[in-house]
Amino acid sequence: MTDLNKFTIAEARDALRKGDVTALELTEACLSQIEGAGALNAFVHHTPDLARDQAHAADTRIKAGDAPSMCGIPLGIKDLFCTKGVPSQAASRILEGFKPEYESTVTQNLFDAGAIMLGKLNMDEFAMGSSNETSVYGNAVNPWRRGNDDAALTPGGSSGGSASAVAADLCLAATGTDTGGSIRQPAAFTGITGIKPTYGRCSRWGVVAFASSLDQAGPMTKSVRDSAIMLSAMCSHDPKDSTSADFPVPDFEAALTGDIKGKVIGIPKEYRMEGMPAEIEQLWADGTAMLKAAGAEIRDISLPHTKYALPAYYVIAPAEASSNLARYDGVRYGHRAKLAQGDGITEMYERTRAEGFGHEVQRRVMVGTYVLSAGFYDAYYNRARRVRALIKRDFDLAFEAGVDAILTPATPSAAFGLGEMKDADPVQMYLNDVFTVTVNLAGLPGISVPAGIDKQGLPLGLQLIGRPWEEADLLNTAYALETAAGFVAKPGKWW
Amino acid sequence: MSIDRETAAKVAKLARIRVTEDALPALAEEFNTILGFIEQLNEVDVEGIEPMTSVTPMRLKRREDVVTDGNQQAEILSNAPDAREGFFAVPKVVE
Repeated sequence: MTDLNKFTIAEARDALRKGDVTALELTEACLSQIEGAGALNAFVHHTPDLARDQAHAADTRIKAGDAPSMCGIPLGIKDLFCTKGVPSQAASRILEGFKPEYESTVTQNLFDAGAIMLGKLNMDEFAMGSSNETSVYGNAVNPWRRGNDDAALTPGGSSGGSASAVAADLCLAATGTDTGGSIRQPAAFTGITGIKPTYGRCSRWGVVAFASSLDQAGPMTKSVRDSAIMLSAMCSHDPKDSTSADFPVPDFEAALTGDIKGKVIGIPKEYRMEGMPAEIEQLWADGTAMLKAAGAEIRDISLPHTKYALPAYYVIAPAEASSNLARYDGVRYGHRAKLAQGDGITEMYERTRAEGFGHEVQRRVMVGTYVLSAGFYDAYYNRARRVRALIKRDFDLAFEAGVDAILTPATPSAAFGLGEMKDADPVQMYLNDVFTVTVNLAGLPGISVPAGIDKQGLPLGLQLIGRPWEEADLLNTAYALETAAGFVAKPGKWW
Repeated sequence: MSIDRETAAKVAKLARIRVTEDALPALAEEFNTILGFIEQLNEVDVEGIEPMTSVTPMRLKRREDVVTDGNQQAEILSNAPDAREGFFAVPKVVE
């Protein structure tokens, strides 16, 4: 059998259970693809021996007839997840050489379900970025290109390596994390599916912290069904994360009926941004028509504080980051700067952090320090948290009025070229998250579904936003959209 | 509110990140761009709105006040850049 690496999770699961294929065969197929895909720079730490051991164990389990859906499925793991004994450095120099003595809850849940880790995936440093250009490992590259143009494009960020690896079939699926759009924007840029669940669904324990009130892990997959399967395995109540929700985790896959008759889909007028490319506008209109044709009721809604989501985010996220990243001091783990004669502990901190953090991370830590500093805390940080409450209230009111899900574009453009934003000011780059960041501020589940191709031949995604804790219903609406859109395009192999 | 060189230097100091003198003007300019963007928040009427503390209304769990973990000195020190005799080692703090 060939091209086992191209399987979806659902296809692989069925083939494994029938005995048509072994976990080891699947794993070998992926490992050999990874070997040949250095140009994508998606996998940055390789764990083939661990993968083979896990594959053997999975095959034994499958033979015994007691295998969960994720058993024997080879995955890529974002470098933000701490994985025991395997380098986990959040794509930062400051965590160079760090090998955790523990396993993150999400990866432990996946391993308990029998999943296989092929290696660690590239990302923006500390998940701060929208193009995977802030990584200490260098840029991850999008397998998609503009027609015959060989210019390298961004896979998006921060989960750029995850998106690139899944789109290029280097693995069956990958973990991602999403603080302002870091699962959904790269998924849209690479023609794959990615869901950020409700805040509290996935344990944050063992995931390197960026902005703790916004961070959530989620799956990045080749289909909505795969997202449903993998999300069920990732979620759990975890006493080690105080914000982990103590709710039962539904079987999300069981919710995929494709029947959305009578569901109310909100179309928020504030997401119609000035200067939005006509193709994005068209995609959004097409998606709306598809859901209507599937029996949903379309309703125009207003989320009046949308405009203030990005500025609020760029207070709250840096503030939390400046606090979270204070732990990187060169004492307990990671990089420590070489000290000059007479340097004391303050010089050690300052040199270590200047050498260890990249430019974007330094900038955000300092902005966070400023907005939290005496005299500005109220004017910036508290004001942003009040605006955040208003943003959440906008959504609450829409859901109270009967809206089941909200449809928006996932990104304001298709993937752009690596280096193209080099001379733009930081705010220009932040605009990438304009459609996704509201969802993190309100703690809601959001999913990006590939829905079309632009005239340059690049994939475009639509976002669906759901009610809190109703990922099952959201995934079902996404499933109906996926079925109607019928997106099957794949990037041509050049790497 | 505009950030000058001196404020940028103060913020860098507070954040314990060494920034060289010649990099300060560019840094101050970046801060001003970002803060200019954030200024939009002043347009919002937040009268009577409490700052959000938790996105999901939830009561933090409580547990028995007992020791649940420990005796992991080797594991805790295993990633330290400089560990000696069971301790993290740092430059002299007190003269």
